Amino acid sequence: MNEKIAVKVDDLTVAYNYKPVLWDIDLKIPEGVLMAIVGPNGAGKSTLIKAILGILKPIAGSVTIFDKPYKKQRKHVAYVPQKGSVDWDFPTTALDVVMMGTYGSLGWIKRPGAKQKKTALEALEKVGMLSFKNRQISQLSGGQQQRVFLARALVQDASIYFMDEPFQGVDATTEVAIINILKGLRKAGKTVIVVHHDLQTVPEYFDWVTFLNVKKIATGPVKDIYNDDNLTKTYGINYKVSIQK
Amino acid sequence: MGITEYIQLVFSDYTLRTITLGTAVLGAVTGMLGSFAVLRKQSLLGDAISHAALPGIALAFLFTGSKDTNILLIGALISGLIGTFWIRGITSKTHLKSDTALGLILSVFFGFGMLLLTFIQKQPNANQAGLDKYLFGQAATLVESDVWLMTIVTGICLIVLLLFWKEFKILLFDKDYAQTLGFNTKIIDVLITSFIVLAIVLGLQTVGVVLMSAMLLAPAAAARQWTNSLGMMVVLAAILGAFAGIIGTGISATQNNLSTGPVIVLVASVFVLFSFIFSPKRGLLFKQIRLIQNRNDLELQKTLTFMYHIVEDHDDISHPHAIRILNNFRGYSKKGLRKLIDKNYVVVKGEMWSMTPKGFEVAKNLYNQNGKDD
Repeated sequence: MNEKIAVKVDDLTVAYNYKPVLWDIDLKIPEGVLMAIVGPNGAGKSTLIKAILGILKPIAGSVTIFDKPYKKQRKHVAYVPQKGSVDWDFPTTALDVVMMGTYGSLGWIKRPGAKQKKTALEALEKVGMLSFKNRQISQLSGGQQQRVFLARALVQDASIYFMDEPFQGVDATTEVAIINILKGLRKAGKTVIVVHHDLQTVPEYFDWVTFLNVKKIATGPVKDIYNDDNLTKTYGINYKVSIQK
Repeated sequence: MGITEYIQLVFSDYTLRTITLGTAVLGAVTGMLGSFAVLRKQSLLGDAISHAALPGIALAFLFTGSKDTNILLIGALISGLIGTFWIRGITSKTHLKSDTALGLILSVFFGFGMLLLTFIQKQPNANQAGLDKYLFGQAATLVESDVWLMTIVTGICLIVLLLFWKEFKILLFDKDYAQTLGFNTKIIDVLITSFIVLAIVLGLQTVGVVLMSAMLLAPAAAARQWTNSLGMMVVLAAILGAFAGIIGTGISATQNNLSTGPVIVLVASVFVLFSFIFSPKRGLLFKQIRLIQNRNDLELQKTLTFMYHIVEDHDDISHPHAIRILNNFRGYSKKGLRKLIDKNYVVVKGEMWSMTPKGFEVAKNLYNQNGKDD
């Protein structure tokens, strides 16, 4: 593994009101990994991503992306929020949502043009949604909505992708389609960080994993640290999934 | 008075023309901005803002002693903005939810405003009368300069909308994502909110504190029913708002001078009601019709499939069978059978039915299709 660090988190602490949600997180994510963040509900998985991306303001700590502060590196970072975080009855089409991925590189005021539309269409094709481009987004199934969100992030052509539960509420076909895209990204040298819930699929999908429960329990290669011991520490009950092979 | 006569009157009569233009422009700008309020789920914000403007009007009068509309509206604008940003402050700094904060600011400011109004009315000088017109509005007091002011604000609003269209859209749809793209969402947010406050304040003279929020919401809610594009929704809301103003003014002017503001609001509400029922995609009527149609189609298909199962055991598909065996099938009805006959899938002779080759083919395909899904 080359030791270039894509994301470095130091002493990150985040609290809603008085209760800390994340406590003193140190994390180094090497470039080119496909990493799962696992942990029970309320462990702060989404919060970690949001704090890294500056959506939430941490109480303490710092984040660097390729050795520079996140604010200077936005162009290298793409984000796929939880599907449930937006109103899917919003009056717009699938293509229009994907086009939003180009807004960052356009900056203020400038409108997307033919070039941006082309990029968006290519991204829709990559996720197998080209034929739905003019579909009103409320008419899409949960899996299709998730793919649209993924396409929107692909449009950003970033180096690092943060995804908040991209497999939530999608059917088996979509799950396979999405994981293949993520593996393709890793192959292209990108770093992909995914909040993940399904413990069974971690060894199959990911090569890197972070166990999180308010504090960081462990982080490293799946083959070294994905074991009952760490699962038990993270989930607080005696875990015996004993990774099914 | 006929419609043509009325239109002639609008063009010839100064007062009527001013009021018509004023309410039309007002309807357009509030409809436009209302779309954003509705899509942000901030429908109640308009109500809070307009009520919060009342103490500003009273205070502006108390400080300046003037009843000049522009001075009073500046007071309204200031107190409207203070109210709005207090609401935001309360929701972000305390555990209170936004509806609580809205309700709180609305009633506190309105209460304070009413208190000031009664205080003003008890004052000895004769100048005090007329401030209470801001409660329900009085379109008749509109003058040409008011209309100009509204038009200028609408123009500025339109330019800002066109310039920051993409920013507004992404903020409305996915604020967190907009932030990760590097947009300062606070600035966009303040921009939208300020324009909403401005539009509301402009309408206070015409529609009044109490009903102003309807001008914001009704055209937008109606427009949403007819389109799935944000751009179309904003344009349509502006058009509907303008027509609510024009028609409302017309009704009020021809029917014994009914109070204009409430009539405009009622006209806008009729638009909403009509849209909720008759819009082809989202309307209740067509939804119900589609539902019934689907159910009927399915019932018919099921009946045909049932017949197909009886028929397929025979070598001759057109072998006649007794109608009464169809009674074993729950979905069967005489009406359904008649429809199948109309479609030439089945022929009936006396008490017997038999399937046509055409019906057999259709049923077979239906059956294959259903089988594939299992």
